[in-house]
Amino acid sequence: MSRRVRSVVALVALGALGTVLVIAVTGLEPFGHYPGPYGDVLAKVVPGERHTGQLVAATVFDYRGFDTLGEEMILFAAVCGAAALLRVRRRKREEAGTPARPAPSFATRATGAALVGPVIVFGAYVIANGHITPGGGFSGGVIVAGALVLAYAAGQVVRLRRVGSIALLEGAEALGAAGFLLLAVGGLIAAGALLKNFLPLGTSGLLLSAGTIPVGNVAVGIEVAGAVALVIAEFLEQALLEEPE
Amino acid sequence: MTALQATCLIVVAVLGALVVATRDPLRQAAVAGIFGLALAALFLSVQAPDVALSEMTVGTIVIPVLVLLAMAKIREHDE
Repeated sequence: MSRRVRSVVALVALGALGTVLVIAVTGLEPFGHYPGPYGDVLAKVVPGERHTGQLVAATVFDYRGFDTLGEEMILFAAVCGAAALLRVRRRKREEAGTPARPAPSFATRATGAALVGPVIVFGAYVIANGHITPGGGFSGGVIVAGALVLAYAAGQVVRLRRVGSIALLEGAEALGAAGFLLLAVGGLIAAGALLKNFLPLGTSGLLLSAGTIPVGNVAVGIEVAGAVALVIAEFLEQALLEEPE
Repeated sequence: MTALQATCLIVVAVLGALVVATRDPLRQAAVAGIFGLALAALFLSVQAPDVALSEMTVGTIVIPVLVLLAMAKIREHDE
């Protein structure tokens, strides 16, 4: 196909997609006029039933916790697969010797070093308050994992394999996934239904409230932090820390 | 639709086009990160702070970092 024909095909396709999108968007309900029943029902029952005003967390970790359980397993399997693929050449690398790596500038090192601690604390805050304010296990977990990138920028030569950090990250990922699964089964044992909220609900707005929702947030946070950090660490070790001779 | 939402939509559209128009993958990773931030602002403007926070973390941490790391690995293959 020549360049000219390709451009014509692309333009026609883009025009069609644009037209359909405009028709679809103009047919939407006006902003703030939600037509479905579920949001309204949840907004009515959640504060009384679960002692939390965070409807999203209540939906994700309680009412539709089963979906989250499936997503946890997808993330777990995806990261296991990626880590297995990245590890194929590890043995060869172990004979390659010490890494050659350009030293980062002082500004990069200072910024990275200054931010590692606050970023970990902020991630933990987002996880811990997932049932009170926006955020939760997923966002907080990714933020915690981002601290690993900052540590690398700070010039910390993370000898992941030697200090056993990879094993630690693998452990965190597995622990988080297993924790959420145990929480689901706990509902089955303690209250007779999978993922049923079986812990005391407490006072709305407090850190320890909403029953199993914050526990689920913490489990997902640990898993996501471990999973994202594991993929980044495997890449770092493979691609950056051990340059070929 | 408020002026804020309209502005966010336009910024997202422009940045999305810029991501496609950027040919150098190294720069594309950075532009994609800024696009993620704009998308997060759009989600925030339609009152979806949870989604905005997820988009912010994935769009500005995970995607650019993984693209950069994958590029480092590819470059090492070429050598």
